[in-house]
Amino acid sequence: MSILVIAEHDGKLLKPGTTNTVTAAVKIGGDITVLVAGHQCADAAQVAAKIAGVGKVLLADSPLYAGGAAENLTALLQTIAGQYTHILASATGYGKNFMPRLSALLDVQQISDISAVVSADTFVRPIYAGNAMATVQSADKIKVITVRATGFDAAAEGGSATVENLAAGPDTGLATFNGQELSKSDRPELTAARIIVSGGRGMGSGENFKLLEALADKLGAAVGASRAAVDSGYVPNDYQVGQTGKIVAPELYIAVGISGAIQHLAGMKDSKVIIAINKDPEAPIFAVADYWLVEDLFKAVPELTQQI
Amino acid sequence: MKVLVTVKRVIDPYVKVRVKSDGTGVETANVKMAMNPFCEIAVEQAVRMKEAGIVSEIVAVSIGTLQSQETLRTAMAMGADRGILVEVAGEVQPLAVAKLVKAIVDKEQPKLVIMGKQAIDDDSNQAGQMTAALLGWPQAAFTSAITVNGDTADVTREIDGGLEKLTIKLPAVVTTDLRLNEPRYVTLPNIMKAKKKPLEVLKPEALGVDVVPRLKTIKVEEPAKRSAGVKVADVQELVAKLKNEARVI
Repeated sequence: MSILVIAEHDGKLLKPGTTNTVTAAVKIGGDITVLVAGHQCADAAQVAAKIAGVGKVLLADSPLYAGGAAENLTALLQTIAGQYTHILASATGYGKNFMPRLSALLDVQQISDISAVVSADTFVRPIYAGNAMATVQSADKIKVITVRATGFDAAAEGGSATVENLAAGPDTGLATFNGQELSKSDRPELTAARIIVSGGRGMGSGENFKLLEALADKLGAAVGASRAAVDSGYVPNDYQVGQTGKIVAPELYIAVGISGAIQHLAGMKDSKVIIAINKDPEAPIFAVADYWLVEDLFKAVPELTQQI
Repeated sequence: MKVLVTVKRVIDPYVKVRVKSDGTGVETANVKMAMNPFCEIAVEQAVRMKEAGIVSEIVAVSIGTLQSQETLRTAMAMGADRGILVEVAGEVQPLAVAKLVKAIVDKEQPKLVIMGKQAIDDDSNQAGQMTAALLGWPQAAFTSAITVNGDTADVTREIDGGLEKLTIKLPAVVTTDLRLNEPRYVTLPNIMKAKKKPLEVLKPEALGVDVVPRLKTIKVEEPAKRSAGVKVADVQELVAKLKNEARVI
């Protein structure tokens, strides 16, 4: 078998999730090639070459792939897809955007968000916000798969793959990339953090998130949020943890003022230890918490920050 | 311009699903159903564009059993002008959905297709991007803002690190994210009006599309359960548990 993993990167480094996707490829078994496509991303290709288990890195460095727009990227992938039995990418905003487009161009049914590999053609994936786990088998000639990072360990370093240049594919001219507005933070990324402090509607305002930021900074944690907090405009969209936001599984997840809607639990219930602070003794979040405290968050959070 | 929106009938997102004891799927008998929330946002967007004078006609499309006519009626009560149901009894996977939508687009010739980014039942997040691929159109997935300027549209997409801005050529496929708009509630007079709007029912064969599922579901199981937690009395006890028992700080 021959597996292509499409790396997610910022030009210099790989994004969290790519190394977990390599681990999923190792479980499928076969020769593993990593594609680094982007603009001015040779450094990221060197990082990918050092992942244990990777045999070859393809570098497609062209302005056509700046920003990772799906149209040109899938046009490139279509030209090389036939060489592989499996094509994998992380089930992040990046992978979810272009992988279905590739899948349709190849006339295969994508397998989304796998959390386990049963065999080379059979995979486990969550459905209904993780309230059911489906085992599915694909008979398609190429398996196009997105991988849930929390289901697989990150692959170690220690590889020494060769890096080959891949000529740019056609310019479809369908979409023009006009830039990104990225949230700036010195805290770890949500999907890579060891500890996450998340706030919900109970925070009451964006200003009050400063309480959580103080706690997060003391713990070296990332700050996340429930959909309710994002929809209310307290924090930007990239904070959202849940079924249709980010899926996280840190060592410690601290849920503050979060009631625990089904779609939020879907994004965090695989965390190792969950603590919940909510003044409502009936909050559904307590059903998944290892430790819960029924108290006003405006009293409990500053105390917690002080005592930790 | 004409807009096509897609709507899917799913288990109500606030219902806790139960896995069937025979492991073939989840229980759907006597379970409350609703329009997929992301599809509601798609319909709302089309209706707002019509109210703003950008859109002249909204065609709502659903794929599923005859009961999906109810979902189309809801879309029409929100403001869609007419409905098309592609009647399929069993499971329709995203690739087949995309092929059916493409076939309808070929007939209807809309300038914009608005779809939900994800259905909250199978959580695939594929059909919109696939439809764009099959049509050879640009795509704007996970959109939180859209402005149409003649033959192009400026879109803002929600990405993992924040927001991304694209200009796409029309015709195009847009998939909705949560922050695009807040869908309206349907009113009784509009529900009554929707009953009189045209609703066409087609079969996949009439569109020349094979809807046989490509992925075989071997089994569906309950996820692993978390062990029961404990209530702590105060912050001091919580900190002690985290340090001495869980050892995570």
